[in-house]
Amino acid sequence: MIEIRKITKTYLSGDNATHALRGVSFTIKDGEFVAIMGPSGSGKSTLMHILGALDTPTSGTYKLDGHDVSKLTDDELAKIRRDQIGFVFQAFNLLPRATVLRNVMLPLVYAGMPAHERDGHARRALESAGMTEDRFQHKSNQLSGGQIQRVAIARALVNNPSLILADEPTGNLDTQTGNIVLGTFQRLNKDLGRTIILITHERDIAEHADRIIHIRDGEIVEDSGSHTKRIIPK
Amino acid sequence: MTTADILHETISALTANKVRTSLTMLGIIIGISSVIAMVSIGQGAQSSIQSSIQSIGSNLIIVSPGATRNFGYGASSGRGAAKTLTMKDVEAIAAEVGNIQALSPEVNGRYQITAKGTNTNTSVIGSKSAYAGVHNVTIDEGSFIGDQDVSVRSKVAVIGPTVRDDLFGVGAEAIGQSIRINGMEFKVVGLTKSKGSGGFGNQDDTIYIPLSTAQLFLVGDSTYVTSLSISATDASVMTQVQADITDLLLARHKISNAANADFNVLNQADIVSAASSVTGTFTILLAAVAGISLLVGGIGIMNMMLTTVTERTKEIGLRKAIGATRRDINIQFLTEAVALTLIGGAIGVILGWGASYAVTSFGILETQVSTTSVLLAFGVSALIGIVFGYYPARRASRLNPIEALRYE
Repeated sequence: MIEIRKITKTYLSGDNATHALRGVSFTIKDGEFVAIMGPSGSGKSTLMHILGALDTPTSGTYKLDGHDVSKLTDDELAKIRRDQIGFVFQAFNLLPRATVLRNVMLPLVYAGMPAHERDGHARRALESAGMTEDRFQHKSNQLSGGQIQRVAIARALVNNPSLILADEPTGNLDTQTGNIVLGTFQRLNKDLGRTIILITHERDIAEHADRIIHIRDGEIVEDSGSHTKRIIPK
Repeated sequence: MTTADILHETISALTANKVRTSLTMLGIIIGISSVIAMVSIGQGAQSSIQSSIQSIGSNLIIVSPGATRNFGYGASSGRGAAKTLTMKDVEAIAAEVGNIQALSPEVNGRYQITAKGTNTNTSVIGSKSAYAGVHNVTIDEGSFIGDQDVSVRSKVAVIGPTVRDDLFGVGAEAIGQSIRINGMEFKVVGLTKSKGSGGFGNQDDTIYIPLSTAQLFLVGDSTYVTSLSISATDASVMTQVQADITDLLLARHKISNAANADFNVLNQADIVSAASSVTGTFTILLAAVAGISLLVGGIGIMNMMLTTVTERTKEIGLRKAIGATRRDINIQFLTEAVALTLIGGAIGVILGWGASYAVTSFGILETQVSTTSVLLAFGVSALIGIVFGYYPARRASRLNPIEALRYE
């Protein structure tokens, strides 16, 4: 359960203040598949950083599963990311030196899970993300773009997080491979009940989600809600 | 992260760019190996000098005449050249100074030696039978100069193995042969055991003849000696014996100010400590030069670690995004630096050990690698890793994950 209330984020550089977010509020329930959509410069990246506990808002509150995470220190944020959030990035997904299996285990390593338990968790996550076992010992330069992204999804899943956050996950993929990856997200949402937030600037990608939050100039201009579409007047 | 995980990450990072890793390690390898080799060579030199000083005798006090001095601005002919140490002085010391175990008056000089078509030029020492005991001379064949030889001024000689090799050929039978010293014929009655050349001339390249014979036929003056070696009864009385001899000789020579003494009294312990302080300084110098190369190696580590942190900015961002704390990142990079220096240090110890072993086996010097210097080398290399790894690791751990992920 994600609740954000009147979140603002202001960047100061010299005398200029840039208002990246100007009071954003919404609630996302467990098991939702939401797309946050907006053009570049709309504030969607800033919103993703705050939702992903990579950054804290200037004002407003962010509650993740009832805990306020809007005013934590760097290391406290690291623990939130470790235990409650799984990331899938557009680029630079895997450690090139490590095998697929080791990459997926990495969040468990930082979470302090004993070595003998990690293997099973990582294998289950890879299977959920649609990877076949013959690729588990490959390194990322032996994989296709779609496979890399599915390993990244497995890594995001492996810690059993409250929220999976995908930042332009299909940005580097062709349409067909992108659709396979989006299909994976849909399956994780429908079959396993995962909460997924997809950040994108493309409407046809966003439409794979059940709910679209459209932001522009740091404000929500449209939130389709869980089912009822409503237009917020400017 | 468990220790196994940290090691896993470290090995994977260090093997990712083997050429760079080994070049960086090379700095530490050279630094540590030169410290080990230099210190072992220095210590080897020290103990070799000490043992060669010990080999000239034990609890030894050496009295030698001073320089001849003319009043005014006359040239000094150098210490030991004056005829200020007389046989009467020797008798007085023997009679009046206590705690003396043996006393060996000597005259020495270099002479041309010939024997059946071969010749050499070496040092000839006129000595009494006490010489062998005072100077630790041992006889291989025949016998040393006896008291009888001294009292009858017999023309007998005891030769060192090098003299034997030069005159009669390596390993040849020398006893009973004749040699000519300064034109006079001497019969060889003894051969000394090889001692090896030390810091004080080659004792194997020496000829011993009776003191009285040397005084009469070679020096032409039976009243003085060129040096007097005294062996004290015990190491603890050496300073006292030295002081007693000085006082006695000052009184006999009627010199009131010790600074104007026309003789020198040297204590073996003084020689050992002077030589030790020279070789000690030498060792420190060598170690300091090697230490500088170690420092340069450490800077090389820091340089590589900073490059690595910049290169792996995105990786650090990703690790932070999936939950690595500052501490996790810090430990990871610090471990990499320490692993570099420890592996480099281990290889350096092996190479340094090898180098000092080579020095020993080529017969240049008997070196010794001490456990202390090995442990110190490991400690220092770990410390270098921590010191020079600290700043890059701190920089990595403080990277902002958002900026790190965006880094191109």
